[in-house]
Amino acid sequence: MHELLLQTFLNATYAASYIALVAVGLVLIFGVMGVINFAHGELYMLGAYGVVAVYVGAQQSFLLAVAVGLMFVGLVGLLMERALFRPLRDNPLSGLVASIGLLLILQALAAIFFGVRMEHIPPVTQEVLRFSDGVSLPLQRLFVIVAAIVLLTGLWMFLKRTRFGWALRASAEDREAAQLQGISVTRIAQLAMVIGAGLAGVAGALTAPLVRVYPYMGHSVIVTVFIVIIVGGVGSLEGAVIAAIAYAFVHTFVTTFFDGVVADIVGLLLMLMVLVVRPTGLFGARDRA
Amino acid sequence: MLAIVPEAARFRYLLAWTALAVLLCALPLFLSYSQKEILVFTTINVILVVSYRHLTLTGEWSLGHVVMMGCGAYGSALASKQLGLAVPLSMLTGGVCAALVGWLLSYPLFRMKGFYFLIGSFAAGEVIRLLWKRFRDPFGGPKGLKRVPGLEEFEFAGLRIDFFDPVPYYFFSLAVAIVCIWLLWRIERSPLGWSYHAVHWGDDLARSVGIPTRRLRRRAMVTASFFAGISGALLVHYVGTVNPSRFNVEEMVYVLTWAIVGGVATLYGPILGVVSLTIVNEIILREFGLDQWRPLFYGALLIASVLFLPKGLESLVAPARSMLSRLWTRSA
Repeated sequence: MHELLLQTFLNATYAASYIALVAVGLVLIFGVMGVINFAHGELYMLGAYGVVAVYVGAQQSFLLAVAVGLMFVGLVGLLMERALFRPLRDNPLSGLVASIGLLLILQALAAIFFGVRMEHIPPVTQEVLRFSDGVSLPLQRLFVIVAAIVLLTGLWMFLKRTRFGWALRASAEDREAAQLQGISVTRIAQLAMVIGAGLAGVAGALTAPLVRVYPYMGHSVIVTVFIVIIVGGVGSLEGAVIAAIAYAFVHTFVTTFFDGVVADIVGLLLMLMVLVVRPTGLFGARDRA
Repeated sequence: MLAIVPEAARFRYLLAWTALAVLLCALPLFLSYSQKEILVFTTINVILVVSYRHLTLTGEWSLGHVVMMGCGAYGSALASKQLGLAVPLSMLTGGVCAALVGWLLSYPLFRMKGFYFLIGSFAAGEVIRLLWKRFRDPFGGPKGLKRVPGLEEFEFAGLRIDFFDPVPYYFFSLAVAIVCIWLLWRIERSPLGWSYHAVHWGDDLARSVGIPTRRLRRRAMVTASFFAGISGALLVHYVGTVNPSRFNVEEMVYVLTWAIVGGVATLYGPILGVVSLTIVNEIILREFGLDQWRPLFYGALLIASVLFLPKGLESLVAPARSMLSRLWTRSA
C-alpha cells in the first residue's frame, strides 16, 4: 500500500508537469490576447510530431528534435497571431471560431502527412530509477519533470525580472494603459504567442515517447487544460500551475484506485464546486473574462 | 399612391414565403437517398441551433447544449422503450427531461459569466455524458441504447406513410421545426424576450430597474434546453440508436460554429449558418471525395468567414433584399 501511494505520487508529479506546461502557455495567450485558443492541444500535437519527424524520421538526436519542435511550434504561434488573432482582437467569439478552424486544419495536415495510425517512438533511454520494490520512475519521465521545473522557473524570472516581462504583464493587466506607456502591444502579443505556443510544443515533444502520438491527441489535453486554467482563474499563471498540480494528483489517484471515467467525473465535479464557491476561479480577478 | 406601397410589399412577402414553402416541399425530389438523410438531420439541427440562439439572447454562450439534446434523446428513448409511451408523447417527455436537467444545472452555472460559464457548462455537460457512459443500466454504457422504436406508420387517404423512409420523416420534423421556431419567435417578441435583450446589453442597468437577471437567464436556459431536447428526441426516433459520443464536445463545436458563422443577431442567422455549412461540408466537399482533406477546407472556411464576414452570413441578407426589391421595382 505504501509503495502504491508513493508510485502514484510519482505518476501524478509527471502528469502535473506537462499539464502545467501546456496550461501556462494557454493562460499567457489568454492574458495578453484575450482569446481562448482552442487549437492549443493541436500545438501540443505538433510538438510531438516534430519528434516523429526529426528523431524517428531523420534519425537526429532527441534534444535536437525537441529544439526543432519548440521553434517550429513557436513559429506557428507567431503566424497565428498575425493571421488570426490580430485581425480579430476585439472579437473573442470570432477568435474562438478561428482557432477551431485552425484546429481542424492542423489535425487534417497531420493526418495527411503522417497518417492517422499511432506513431511508435522508441524512448531515448530505457533506464528506470528504482527507489524500492514497486516504486520506480522511468528516466524519460524525469526529463519531463525537470524540464517543466526549469522552463516554468525561467518563465517566472523572465516575467518578474526583465523589462519585456514587465511589459508583458502590463499589457495583460490593461492593454490600453500599457499602450499609453509606450509599450508596443503587437510586439508583446507576438512574444506571448511564441512563448505560449512554444511551451505547448515542448510539452508535446518531451512526452512524445511516453504517450500515444496521433493526429487527434490534442483533444484530451485541451479538455484537461481548460479545466485547469478555469480552476486556477483565467489569466493567473500561478493559479494555472497550482491547479495543474491539484488536478493531476486528484485524477491520478482516483484513476489508480477506481477507474478513468470516475476520475474524469470527480475532476469535473471538483471544478464545478470550485466555480460555484468562487465563480472566477481560485486566483482569478473579479472583473476579468 | 401611398396605399399601394405596403400592398405591393405584402404581395412580395407572400410571394417570398410561398417560394420558400414550395422549395422546402419540393426539395426531396432533387436529392439522392443519402442527401435526403442529411436533409432530415439538417432539419433537426435547425431546431437545435435556433434553441441555442435563444440561450445566447441573454449574452451567455454554453458548451453544454448538445448534452441537453442528448437528455431529450435519452429521455425520449427510455420513455418509449421502458414505459411504453407512444412516440409523440415520449418526444414531449424527452423535451421535459432536458428542460428539467437545464433547470437543475442553471443554478450552479449562472453564478459564472463569460468564459467561466462557457467552460462550466462544458464541464456540467461532460459529467452528464460520462454518467451515460458509466451506467449501463439504464443508459446502456458506451454503446448506448439500441432498437429505439420509431414513429408508427399509418394510412392516410389510402397512402401508407412509413417513417423509416427519410422523406415522410423530413416532413414530420419540418412541421415540428416550424412549430418550435414559431414558439421561440413568439417568446422573443414578448415582453419576456425584450427583457432577455435588456439582460444581455445592460446587465447592471437591468438589475437596477428591478429585472431579476439571473432568474431570466435561468428561464432562457430552461426554454432552450426544452427545444434542444425535442431535437434530440426527433433524432433518436429516426436513427433508432443513441450513444454518449454522439453528444461530445466536437458536436458542440459544430453547433457553436453554425451559430457564429450564421450570426445570432436575427432568428434566421443560425439557420443560414447550419444550412450553408452543412451544404458545403456534407454535399459539396463530399462530392470532391478526398475525405482526409474535408476538415482542412471546412476549417479554412470557418477562418475565412470570421475574418471577412465578422457579422455572420445574416449581414448579407439586408443588402441582398434591398437589391432584390430594387430589381423588382425596376422590372415592374
